[in-house]
Amino acid sequence: MTDTQTQQHTIIAWLEDKPSVLNRVTGLFSRRNFNIESLTVGHSEAKGISRMTFVASGTERDLQQVETQLDKLINVIHIANVTQEPTVIREMALIKVTTNSQTRGEIMQLVSIYHASVVDVDMTSLIIQIVAPEDRVDSLIQLLDQYGIEEMVRTGQVAMVRGSSRHGHSHGVATVAANGHATPDNGQNANGANGHTENANGVNGARA
Amino acid sequence: MSELKTGGQIIWESLIHEGVDVVFGLPGGAILPTYDDLYKYNYPIHHVLVTHEQGAAHMADGYARATGRVGVCIATSGPGATNLVTGLGTAYMDSTPLVAITGQVSKSLLGRDGFQEADIRAISMPVTKHNYLITDIRDLPDALKEAFYIARTGRPGPVLVDICKCVQQASMEFTYPTTVNLPGYRPNRLTPDPDVIDRVAQLLNEAQRPVIIAGQGVSMAGAEAELRQMAEKANIPVATSLLGVGTFPATHPLSISWGGMHGEAYCNYALQECDVLFAIGARLDDRLTGAFSTFAPKARIIHVDLDPAEMGKNLIIDTPVVADALLTLRALLPQVESNEHPAWLGQINEWRTDTTERDILAQETDELVAPYVMRQLWHATNQGNCTVVSDVGQHQMWEAQYFYHTKPRSLLTSGGLGTMGYALPAAIGAQMGKPQEEMWVIAGDGGFQMTMPELSTVMQERLPIKIAIINNGYLGMVRQWQDVFYNKRYVGTPLFNPDFVKIAAAYGIPGRAVTSKEDVFDAIRQAQNIPGPYLLDFQVEEFTNVYPMVAPGKSNADMIRRGRPVEN
Ligand SMILES: Cc1ncc(C[n+]2csc(CCOP(=O)(O)OP(=O)(O)O)c2C)c(N)n1
Ligand SMILES: [Mg+2]
Repeated sequence: MTDTQTQQHTIIAWLEDKPSVLNRVTGLFSRRNFNIESLTVGHSEAKGISRMTFVASGTERDLQQVETQLDKLINVIHIANVTQEPTVIREMALIKVTTNSQTRGEIMQLVSIYHASVVDVDMTSLIIQIVAPEDRVDSLIQLLDQYGIEEMVRTGQVAMVRGSSRHGHSHGVATVAANGHATPDNGQNANGANGHTENANGVNGARA
Repeated sequence: MSELKTGGQIIWESLIHEGVDVVFGLPGGAILPTYDDLYKYNYPIHHVLVTHEQGAAHMADGYARATGRVGVCIATSGPGATNLVTGLGTAYMDSTPLVAITGQVSKSLLGRDGFQEADIRAISMPVTKHNYLITDIRDLPDALKEAFYIARTGRPGPVLVDICKCVQQASMEFTYPTTVNLPGYRPNRLTPDPDVIDRVAQLLNEAQRPVIIAGQGVSMAGAEAELRQMAEKANIPVATSLLGVGTFPATHPLSISWGGMHGEAYCNYALQECDVLFAIGARLDDRLTGAFSTFAPKARIIHVDLDPAEMGKNLIIDTPVVADALLTLRALLPQVESNEHPAWLGQINEWRTDTTERDILAQETDELVAPYVMRQLWHATNQGNCTVVSDVGQHQMWEAQYFYHTKPRSLLTSGGLGTMGYALPAAIGAQMGKPQEEMWVIAGDGGFQMTMPELSTVMQERLPIKIAIINNGYLGMVRQWQDVFYNKRYVGTPLFNPDFVKIAAAYGIPGRAVTSKEDVFDAIRQAQNIPGPYLLDFQVEEFTNVYPMVAPGKSNADMIRRGRPVEN
């Protein structure tokens, strides 16, 4: 465990789509005074399961704490730290830029170089949409800044591992150095409810 | 079509399905439909009326810690629910399985700041393992089923179910679910990986100076016998955490008591000097370790816990073992070799002798001090054949130092949150769960007053709880910090106390003040011989400090210790 080097981590979490889940997640971050650089949540391919991508900086040990604590939340189905994996990471931004007849052409050229697009035009402004890795979004914004950015909104980053889907919702992802094999808890107490069928799916992440 | 059941009926019938026969609570408007159903349908559940909802949560906690079953408390919305929070936090920190049921305003009133609305789901989020807000009766059976399942499985903890009044009043066909559907929760009893067991066994077998540190998790897994077998086979000294007290008999020759801020000095030396530390079912918090970076600096640490989030949370761990304590010990036992460790045990005994020589009880004094009371209580209870519920402060540390616990679950105390006021209500819950057990409360004069009104609950339930107040006229532990770190500026710590014996008498509880050493044993005997509750007001020397003491943030190697008698 490297305890000193700070690094940016990209983590994906699959959450049950239930009220207050986001509250639980952000509460966990804020309690540990943990700063999130970007966080997005939306539907996944599976009904009832949302997918969250967040980017945060910290030591490996910090991140391991965040991951294992997150994983303990009942509504969190699983977690994957994809920082070390080949990943497609994208962010979308809408940027409203001030234009006039002189600058419009130049701006359109930038738009085309960045494979961005213009989604709204009026006499004095343009709305540009870009979908790209974070650094390209940053760089376009920097260039557009000279023309005057009236408004801007960024979605935060979403990530997906390349290649065949090991990280779909139906495949558990171990994040913990869990060196154990799961055997169902047969409930030491009376009435030990154990209708649990979730241990399938090759989940080897331990959860307590 | 089966008959319709109200939400209130569903709550009680679900509790019955879970084997609940006692709940601790106090009603109010938003939970009244549920209370009314208890009356109307005469369910076989005993409701213990408390004087304050904090007491209800501590009672459920004490019940759970004493019995291992899930404790249940119940409160109304708003202030009823917020009054539970301290008790939930206490249970959360110490991993106690409990279910809290709260009434909530009706769904149509949510978010309108109506009378007695408090967002208890949000408020309780950081102090519960999980929680629910139920706005639709169709979600109620699953939520209750899940609440009990989550509370008692894996690493246990409190779960709160907040139920809108309209849900309690609505009705539907009801069958209690037989399964839970929690895709994100897999509370498996983990078997350790054989390779990891090999490595752990090798570390233990090669160790020159091994120490085991056992926490409450050992008792939760029911692994006390296996722990003892392993310790005896390899002659490894066993320390415990504060919550682990009782998991290994304190009178066993291999017991080295418990370590940390007020742990025995010889135990702290052993922890600082060991070369392999086998920690099992303990979370290794700062009160145990002192400054994290200075703890057990020569040791390779093996950490066994079923909660992966505990691995490396505070310390750098050489070999993490995310597994069940019992299964781990069973796997290890055949691989751990017999061993003697004569030099190491000899060294520890030297430290132990030094500790004994500095013991306050070895000093000639007529003064009545709390350690003396603790030791006499241990003798009077047939060497600790009882359950002690201690509060928080100096007396708590002395109890754990001087009362030798040999039975699992025989010390109930708020370790993680350090909640003053815990002892009396927790003892009420514990006694409800174990009616035959001799139950002793040991509380400071400060903490006792925080939940003292629960004396009425003791009488209402006719519980034979014996109460020992360690009355030093101060918020003693804080006074000790002021003594040591703030140049004796005793601000906010001298107490204005009532006459505790008269207070008890007002509730109908007999009692006696004890001011001298000679009377201690006799007074304890009197308390034991009188059927029913009894209160002893031990008026002890005011300025006695707990030693050893490690300053917060310092290394356990830098203990402030009581002087040797010759040096005095
Ligand atoms: C609810 C709560 N408030 C404050 C504290 C801080 N605190 C820790 S020990 C202590 C003193 C306890 O005094 P007393 O109950 O008389 O016990 P003593 O230390 O004198 O044995 C205090 C105030 C606490 N632990 N819990
Ligand atoms: Mg006191």
